Amino acid sequence: MTAPGLLTALLYGCVLAAAVSSGNAEAAAPWNLQPAASRLAADIHDLHEWVMILVTVIFVGVFGFMFWAVYAHRKSVGHKAAHFHENTTVEIIWTVIPLIILVVIAWPVTKTVIAQKDTSNADITIKVTGYQWKWGYDYIKGEGEGISFISTLSTPRDQIEGRAPKGEHYLLEVDNELVVPIGKKVRVLTTAADVIHSWWVPVFGAKQDAIPGFIRDIWFKADKTGTFRSQCAELCGKDHGFMPVVVRVVSAEDYTKWVAEQKKLAAASADDPNKSYTLDELKARGEKVYAANCVACHQATGKGAPPAFPPLDGSKVVNGPKNDQIALELNGKPGTAMAAFDKQLNDVELAAVITFTRNAWGNKTGEAIQPSEVKALRK
Amino acid sequence: MSAVIDSHGQAHDHHGGGYGGIMRWITTTNHKDIGTLYLWFSFIMFMTGGAMAMVIRAELFEPGLQFVNPDFFNQLTTMHGLIMVFGAIMPAFVGFANWQIPMMIGAPDMAFARMNNWSFWLLPFAASMLMLSFFMPGGAPGVGWTLYAPLTVQMGMGMDLTIFAIHLLGMSSIMGSINIITTILNMRAPGMTLMRMPLFCWTWLITAYMLLAAMPVFAGAVTMTLTDRHFGTSFFNAAGGGDPVLYQHIFWFFGHPEVYIIALPAFGVISQVIPAFSRKPLFGYASMVYATSAIAILSFMVWAHHMYTVGMPVTGQLFFMYATMLIAAPTGVKVFNWVATMWRGSLSFETPMLFACGFLFLFTLGGFTGLVLALVPVDIQLQDTYYVVAHFHYVMVAGALFSAFAGIYFWLPKWTGRMYDETLGKWHFWLSMIFFNMIFFVQHFLGLAGMPRRIPDYPLMFETWNKISSIGAFGFGLTQLLFLYIVLKAIRSGEKAPQRPWEGADSIDWTMIPTPAPYHTFETPPVIK
Repeated sequence: MTAPGLLTALLYGCVLAAAVSSGNAEAAAPWNLQPAASRLAADIHDLHEWVMILVTVIFVGVFGFMFWAVYAHRKSVGHKAAHFHENTTVEIIWTVIPLIILVVIAWPVTKTVIAQKDTSNADITIKVTGYQWKWGYDYIKGEGEGISFISTLSTPRDQIEGRAPKGEHYLLEVDNELVVPIGKKVRVLTTAADVIHSWWVPVFGAKQDAIPGFIRDIWFKADKTGTFRSQCAELCGKDHGFMPVVVRVVSAEDYTKWVAEQKKLAAASADDPNKSYTLDELKARGEKVYAANCVACHQATGKGAPPAFPPLDGSKVVNGPKNDQIALELNGKPGTAMAAFDKQLNDVELAAVITFTRNAWGNKTGEAIQPSEVKALRK
Repeated sequence: MSAVIDSHGQAHDHHGGGYGGIMRWITTTNHKDIGTLYLWFSFIMFMTGGAMAMVIRAELFEPGLQFVNPDFFNQLTTMHGLIMVFGAIMPAFVGFANWQIPMMIGAPDMAFARMNNWSFWLLPFAASMLMLSFFMPGGAPGVGWTLYAPLTVQMGMGMDLTIFAIHLLGMSSIMGSINIITTILNMRAPGMTLMRMPLFCWTWLITAYMLLAAMPVFAGAVTMTLTDRHFGTSFFNAAGGGDPVLYQHIFWFFGHPEVYIIALPAFGVISQVIPAFSRKPLFGYASMVYATSAIAILSFMVWAHHMYTVGMPVTGQLFFMYATMLIAAPTGVKVFNWVATMWRGSLSFETPMLFACGFLFLFTLGGFTGLVLALVPVDIQLQDTYYVVAHFHYVMVAGALFSAFAGIYFWLPKWTGRMYDETLGKWHFWLSMIFFNMIFFVQHFLGLAGMPRRIPDYPLMFETWNKISSIGAFGFGLTQLLFLYIVLKAIRSGEKAPQRPWEGADSIDWTMIPTPAPYHTFETPPVIK
């Protein structure tokens, strides 16, 4: 056997050895995929492990030859160069065998791809909307239909800016978690209001871009209860790193209870857009809305971060005609990061936050904007 | 680089009324001068993009926001990517092409010498425009080097400057490509058939065709972005009948071939260096040519593997997955050929060979993570995580950059007539090797564990690997200052190089041209037997 022939034979011997060795059981480790909480994610982990073993063996095989040459075929140990420079048989073999290995890899992967794409027969359908920089969840079909909320990062700015010690779930905690029942097929429709985001829960093997103007879908079926945390996976502007995805998987009974609670809560806390509020009521409520929605760009001081994020303190818009400001908040400002809040906030919240900005810091208009005024300007 | 010192006088001899000083460099039409300009430009850009990477890694040293705000962080990641790809790596290989192709095929110069001057001189203006975008209202674009719509529509004037800079860079690349294709096809010496050319020339010939096909597509994508921003079009806006995903399709139709536009010339350099230090001809020359062509063609058919998560139909995902996996075959052929070239050679490990072996080892590792990422379900877990960042830095840094270092050390004696300091060169290699892996190997772990890319702050569980990565990055950055010192030292006071410092190097640039190469070479074509 010629030297390259021997080389090839050894190389593929290693590959065969790899094919019969089995994958390891998964464990939570800071260097590996997170432990799966769905069948699909478990399949993906198995694929990954299998392919990793395969490529590792090939890698060791190929570079075994390189390092052997480095060790034994050195000029300094007096090795004289051979002069072969082609061998058609060997070259055909090492083209064909990788192709066969690729087919062997492709077969199981194809089955998983097809399973991953099958979003039919879902028990619950939830629409996920990406906003700069928070997630909106609407339960649109199945148990819990009608529930709707916005999920925003709840890590305090003090922790992010180093003025307070960081909590256990730093950057992975939200005010309203997505709640789903165990063992039910959940179809997730993704879309976005402004730019492309990506909704991602690694333990379910589910990641789907949320594209403005289009609806895409994926599915997952959780087989473990617990709270699972992740983050937006597509660069979506300044606070891309600050819009976590948190999903709580609960038992069927707990889910029914949660749905009942949500419905009750929604009925009790429904804001009445026809009521008239006092200036102080609006300012107090507005400060909270501001802290949840505006502070990331316009800052707690109202000074913003010009020029991308203009100051509100002393702003011409905030101190100008109120209808202009209401329209701006409702419709956003195209071509800038100023989002349209008409779908994210209700009339009372908008009236409150507008009132707050017009009477905070150096702004002293003394005006109270009523929800009815906002309602009148909605398109 | 040599030309400054060695051939100044000759420049005057040969150019009646030629310029001296700075005007010589501005007006030069000499392929060697222009190669030198490209290489120094590339090094300056490499340092600029590298400085940005240092700030990025400093911010990521620990959780929380310490040095930069998230907005500026995004600007840095965007500019780091654009500057490294278009300012550092691509011009470096065009620099090699300018210096080496005419000398390797027995041509007196590039085919279009004046256009060659213009190709280069567009670059400093493009780079200045890119850098100026930082000082525009709103700063540089913070959208990632991929410039995805519709985030690009939200950006300030910096975005427009970036778009125009890309237009200029594209013009430069296209003119450079036309020059290289024409030179190789029309100016080979008698007897220098295509299949006798050094493989470096083949890889550049194929790369140049790829540039011609890909760059106009990118120019189109950014121009559509420009009109969406200012002229009311809606190419990428669903509200006006467009589609944000269309941008990604157009971008990656350029973007994936771009990966090979960078990788193929790197393969070319490695295919010169490994045989030289193995003292044995390149194994499988013809199959190398075919594999390179196969990679080039396949690379235009795999673009959507960057977009598995946008929600393609299952048949689309499967097509792009199979096509992508197929690239492993010709790439494998190349790696096997390089190893077989070393096999039973008479090996020595001067700095160029060390970088070539480092390239071979780490580029293959990056190739394997590429295969992992080609698999749709696995990619869905890893897309837009640090795993991808690790993968493409293995290909771009350990692949392209290491091969560029190999090329510089290999050809520096030819260009300057002087040797670099071998001990320092070896230090440069080993430090680069260790720090590179420190930065990027651990990023595979971060990606697997779920850390998204392009975030300025991260959850606590990712802290350890990020610290290691940052320390590696600072080490890698400092090591490159050593490289600058080595090159300057060689130019100023290096030992005189013999005609053929590498006994195994047998292309005509080594065998038929004195060292250092005179200002004009092959004024009458040599006859290749």
